[in-house]
Formats: sequence, structure tokens, C-alpha cells
Amino acid sequence: MTDTTPATETLHDVTVSVNGVRHSAAVPARRLLSDFLRHDLELTGTHVGCEHGVCGACTVLVDGQPMRSCLMFAVTAQDHAITTVEGLCSAPDARTAPTGESMNPVQQAFAECHGLQCGFCTPGFLTTVTAYLEENPSPTSEEAREAISGNLCRCTGYQNIVKSVLRAAEIKAERAEERA
Amino acid sequence: MKPAPFEHHAPLTVEQAVSVLTEVGHDGKVLAGGQSLIPILNMRLASPAHLVDINRVAGLDTVEVTPEAVRVGALVRHAGLERSAEAYAALPLLRQALVNVAHPAIRNRGTTVGSIAHADAAGEMPAILALTDGVVEVAGPSGSREVAWSDFFLGALETSLAAEELAVAVRFGRFPAGTGTAFTEAARRHGDYAMAGVGVALTVADGVVSGARASFVSVTDVPSVLDLGPALDGVEPGSGEWDAALDTVAEAVRGHVEPEGDIHASADYRRMLVTELTRRVLPQAADRAGAIA
Repeated sequence: MTDTTPATETLHDVTVSVNGVRHSAAVPARRLLSDFLRHDLELTGTHVGCEHGVCGACTVLVDGQPMRSCLMFAVTAQDHAITTVEGLCSAPDARTAPTGESMNPVQQAFAECHGLQCGFCTPGFLTTVTAYLEENPSPTSEEAREAISGNLCRCTGYQNIVKSVLRAAEIKAERAEERA
Repeated sequence: MKPAPFEHHAPLTVEQAVSVLTEVGHDGKVLAGGQSLIPILNMRLASPAHLVDINRVAGLDTVEVTPEAVRVGALVRHAGLERSAEAYAALPLLRQALVNVAHPAIRNRGTTVGSIAHADAAGEMPAILALTDGVVEVAGPSGSREVAWSDFFLGALETSLAAEELAVAVRFGRFPAGTGTAFTEAARRHGDYAMAGVGVALTVADGVVSGARASFVSVTDVPSVLDLGPALDGVEPGSGEWDAALDTVAEAVRGHVEPEGDIHASADYRRMLVTELTRRVLPQAADRAGAIA
């Protein structure tokens, strides 16, 4: 991306903690957080759909809260802690696809319940639902629908996503019990 | 779908922000939550040369409850106000309306003051500022001033804020004891801009209505308040007279609103819709005022 930046544009040194690792890059002020993650940091797990806040595919956690990364500038994210879909699993390298036990409860539930087909919208659902279950660990089916109402999916018809949210809550509780 | 280049300013105080705004004049735009502004920039519907990013300005992120008002600073996110127990206890209408503002991820970032300064006729919070007889606190190069809601909104997306001024807070007025409030809206999809919406406040004394008002979303150019007192004052909620009074209210609402038609809904449909929504929320407000057992 930087090679297409006009030479006249001022660059800002932006340092952001992403998935617990500090990253820095020099970017123009207009660099969206979504593009900063994908192009500058090469963390392409965050997907970009509509780029105006409607589809939810680019949702990341900013200081633990789900926000649209396409509706934030990288310069504004300076010194904040970002969690992307790569940071949800416990795999040693965040860029490795999660497998087995390294998946977080939401990822495991989406795999079990067929909560995705093409997978384009999935990173936004996973981050949104992960944060939601921190707030409400045992949602009803109705609450699960409300929780995912800000994310669009063109494949599944949502039924399996709702099941995945409910299953994720179960898995989370089971894992907490095992650890206890 | 990427913003045009702009110069980014990150003031640390209100004074610095005002000084930058004064310097850049009409080429400048304030960035707070950005949930309305950044889509506009991404689609290049606007391309200001300077963005004054107030996210690092200290002291703007507090909610304060006083006996008269709920004061909300310019960096309070919708979600923060929605979750504030003190604000909910003082003015339940705020949460009743805020849960209709887009989706949680947008509310986590977008600010209440920003949505008021954006002055979109489809925005919920400008209508709520009007309904609560609220005030905007403004900082400018020659000091601070306060603007009543009725002098603040001039037209669609247009306010009386000068280019060099910053809205630092708003104060939503509290209602007298015995007041119940309610808000509802109808949208094509959950979280979309409403085709029509309405908020009401209804005060009950000695079992009968002693004051009632309504304000509307998406069916008036600028927020406006309709006094429902002439239709409802002296009426006991839930009584036989109440239903007839609601018919009078419906007539008044139909005459008050000036909806425009678009691809989503015709003007006539919006007018019918907001009338029906008003009928539905008034009993809720009466219930909350403790008038319907």
C-alpha cells in the first residue's frame, strides 16, 4: 500500500498493540484501521466488506469492545489494544490457522455447528460473539439473534450462527468447569 | 471507498482544538466517534482538508447527573451512556432511545454529542435532546456559550455551530416527578435508519395527565416538539376518554410531521407509521408514569 501513497502525504508513526504484540508502521492519516491491519501489518484475518459500517465483517475488539475497523483511522487507534480474529485462538503464531484445542469456544462452536459457509463474514462474527459472551455468558436464542444483528451473512441464513452462539456459551462454560 | 487525503490534528485540550478549528475554518471537521463522518469520508461525499480528532482531549468523557439535567461530554460513547446506571435512573428515556441507535459495535464507538452535532433528521439523539428541552455547551475562540436545542438545529445536517466552535457537551433536561417516557421506531432492518420514530414524555398528577410532549425521528427536517397537552391534559390514562384522546393525538401528529418519501417508504406511509407508533408508545409512557395499574 505504501508504494501507492502520493509522495506529498504526511506519514504518521502509528504504534498499536495487536493481539498482545506491539506493531508500528508509518502511514498516512487517512489509513483506515482495517487497511492498517491488512496491508501494513499483513494480518489479513480481518475482512473488509462494505467499508461503511453496515456489514460487520471488519469488526475487531478495541480495548475489548467490538468496533468497526473500517470506521476508525489507524492514527486514532494509537496506543490502544486491538484484538483481531487471529488473536482469538491460543496458537503460538497468531497467523497459523487455529486447530483443535487452540480454537476459542466461539471458533469451535462455529466449526461444530456449521456456523459458516464461505467464511467471509466469519471474522466479524467471531470477534463480536467472543466479546458478547464476556458480557452475557448464557444468552437465550432471542438474545443471541440480537447480539449478531449488526453482522451480515449472505450464506447461512443465520440459523446455524444462532446455534453456534448458544453452543459457544456451552463450550465456554464446559471449559471453565474443566479448569475448576 | 477510501477517504481523500487530509491533515490530521490531535489536540490534547479544548483550547487547542478550538485554536486548530479557528485556523482551518471551513476546511476543518471535528472527528469524535466517526460513525457517521467516516462513512461519508469513505464514500467521498465529503473531503475536508483537516480533521480535528478530539479523541485525546482530556475531560470530555464524563456523564454527570444533576437535579436538573444529565450532562454528557463530547467523548461519551453511546454505549457508555446506555450503560450508565446513574443516567438511567435520572432519565430512563436516554437508554430507551439509545438501544435503537444502530448496532452495539457502532454504539461502542459513536458519541452521543457527535450524533447531535451531525444533526441527521434520522438520528435518534437530536430528537431526544429536543424532547428533554436540552442544551448544547459550545466552546469557541471568544469563550463558551450555551445553545438551546431549538436554536441549535437549523436544517438537515445543519446546526448553528460556527466552523471554529466545538460542542463540548450536551445537557438533557430531566422531567418532573410522575413522568413516564417511551421511545420506539420502525426500520426496514434491525439497526437501520428508522423510517419513522417517536419519543414521548407524559406527566401524570392525581391520576390524570398534566402534560405530554412528543418528538420525532425521520419525519421532520429538524427535531421539533409537539405539545400533546391540548389532547391529553386532564384525561385519565386507560379510561374511556383515553381512547378518544389518542385519536385526537393521532390527528395532531398527522398534521405536525412533514415526512419525505424515498425508495424505502412513501411520505404517506411514514405519516401513517409515525401516527401508529405514537399511539403505541403513549400507553407505555403512561404505564411508566404509574398511571395504568
